[in-house]
Amino acid sequence: MSSASTAVAIPQLQDHGRVTQLRVALSEWTKLHSLRSTRRSLLVAVILTIVLPCLFASILSSRWGHLGPGERADHARHPLEVATAGVNLSQLAIAVLGVLVITGEYSTGMIRSTFIAVPKRLPVLWAKTGVYALVVAALMVPSVLAGYFASQAILSRHHILQVPFSDHGVARAVLGAALFLVLVGVFALAIGAIVRNTAGGIATFAAIFFVIPPLMNILPSSWNNAISQYLPSNAGRSVFALTHDAHSLRPLPGILLFAGYCAAALATAAVLLVRRDT
Amino acid sequence: MIEARGLTKDYGSKRAVDDLTFTVKPGVVTGFLGPNGSGKSTTMRLALCLDRPTAGDVTVNGTHYRNHAAPLHEVGALLEARSVHTGRSAYNHLLALAQTQGISRKRVDLLVDFVGLHDVARKRAGQFSLGMGQRLGIAAALLGDPATLLLDEPSNGLDPEGIHWIRNLLRSLAAEGRTVFVSSHLMSEMALTADHVIVIGRGKLIADTSVDEFVRMASGSAVRVRSPQAGALSELVAGDGVIVASPQPGMLEIRGLAAEKIGETAAAHGIVLHELTGMQASLEDAFMELTRGDVEYKSGEEIAA
Repeated sequence: MSSASTAVAIPQLQDHGRVTQLRVALSEWTKLHSLRSTRRSLLVAVILTIVLPCLFASILSSRWGHLGPGERADHARHPLEVATAGVNLSQLAIAVLGVLVITGEYSTGMIRSTFIAVPKRLPVLWAKTGVYALVVAALMVPSVLAGYFASQAILSRHHILQVPFSDHGVARAVLGAALFLVLVGVFALAIGAIVRNTAGGIATFAAIFFVIPPLMNILPSSWNNAISQYLPSNAGRSVFALTHDAHSLRPLPGILLFAGYCAAALATAAVLLVRRDT
Repeated sequence: MIEARGLTKDYGSKRAVDDLTFTVKPGVVTGFLGPNGSGKSTTMRLALCLDRPTAGDVTVNGTHYRNHAAPLHEVGALLEARSVHTGRSAYNHLLALAQTQGISRKRVDLLVDFVGLHDVARKRAGQFSLGMGQRLGIAAALLGDPATLLLDEPSNGLDPEGIHWIRNLLRSLAAEGRTVFVSSHLMSEMALTADHVIVIGRGKLIADTSVDEFVRMASGSAVRVRSPQAGALSELVAGDGVIVASPQPGMLEIRGLAAEKIGETAAAHGIVLHELTGMQASLEDAFMELTRGDVEYKSGEEIAA
């Protein structure tokens, strides 16, 4: 360091360019993978998605002989519940990380550096959303497939619980579970961008996903049946249910409705991001 | 070049910046002075489009900061508030900023070395001392080889060697023809670094002038007199526009009257003088005096209303 000299030589820059969406996405990728919390949350999500189906399959397989015919029929009616059991927990890890992707910048002040580099701001929101969605997809598609095939292998002795990948709706349901997780990540990120606070963002997500749906049971059943299927969590989950009763959405309308909620949350986040002081 | 025109910012009912109009020119170091809470940081945030002005306008290099295609090449900024994710290494922090506009890894390496963070670049920024954090902020500000620098309290937390380094850096940047706008509460530091000062108090512009002129303007022409007959002299010189203070017995500080005049008056009345000194105010004195004036003006205004 040339602290003792009177003149300081400032290195000149040869290569400078403009801000582009692709460059901001590359920057967001660097930000995402350079944090320990990201790597840990994603590792937890991967492990839960694969290990939980194996665990439940093992328990079911070993206890099968002790189950009554009614209970066996129950399991046979929902054969994919075991394969997608991990989704219920990994969605929490993915939602928490989705919130953190943006609120972590607000809590540390990093957001100021980010917006000084990209003062138009919106490219940051699109880049964060796109990069996180791609990362979740890249990890969760193999994970749900692994969870499905591993749990099926463990249950191979029980023909009644076998649901081949080629059976109608199975591929859609298994891959749909991964798509559901991607959208959960996007939804949580948008909530984080709106709330701008980690605790508040996680609480808001938990309220929408885990508190409001059971509250619906307090309503008269006609109301509950009419409303519940349109809640974000229930609409989204319909994509990885193999069977649908009268009061749940079909897979395609369900996932499209959930995608619509995500789009609405993102649009709200975008409007606020541009308008608000940092 | 930074140009503010009638710049005003309210936070709720509190007016943080009040009708500021000034121009920061390239080629010199411009100091931005004001007491804590006077609106310096807010002004800088407005210039960077982090906050929106309530009224008025501020442009950097000819347009709103938001409109620049390569923002980091236009402005290098160091904010007073921490602006780094504590869980990320210094290197990755700089890399992520560089990548937004296609600045190379080579440039990141170069700046890490330039600010002296080579040995800790892979450490998480949360473990950095205040001084190391400032060096990281300065590296971020210089990433894009900017035409304009906007630095909020850059010497905060630096050791004497670091302060010396920053001073030379700022002067070199200005000598290269860049616009250097730097806020500080260390008046003595500004006296050594800045050529021009913009002074604000309670969000209002108090002075926009060269450092020399600012000191001259504020110091008036205070003269220190020591005399065993201080009381008598005090009565003799009293008059219109003359302010006499007595900081200690036997000593007077007289403003609004030249040293020659005081000496002549004393001689004419046979008053013995032990000292007759024209006092040169420091930038710090000038600053204290002018901002105090602002406060007094404000309270006077309130009484009138």
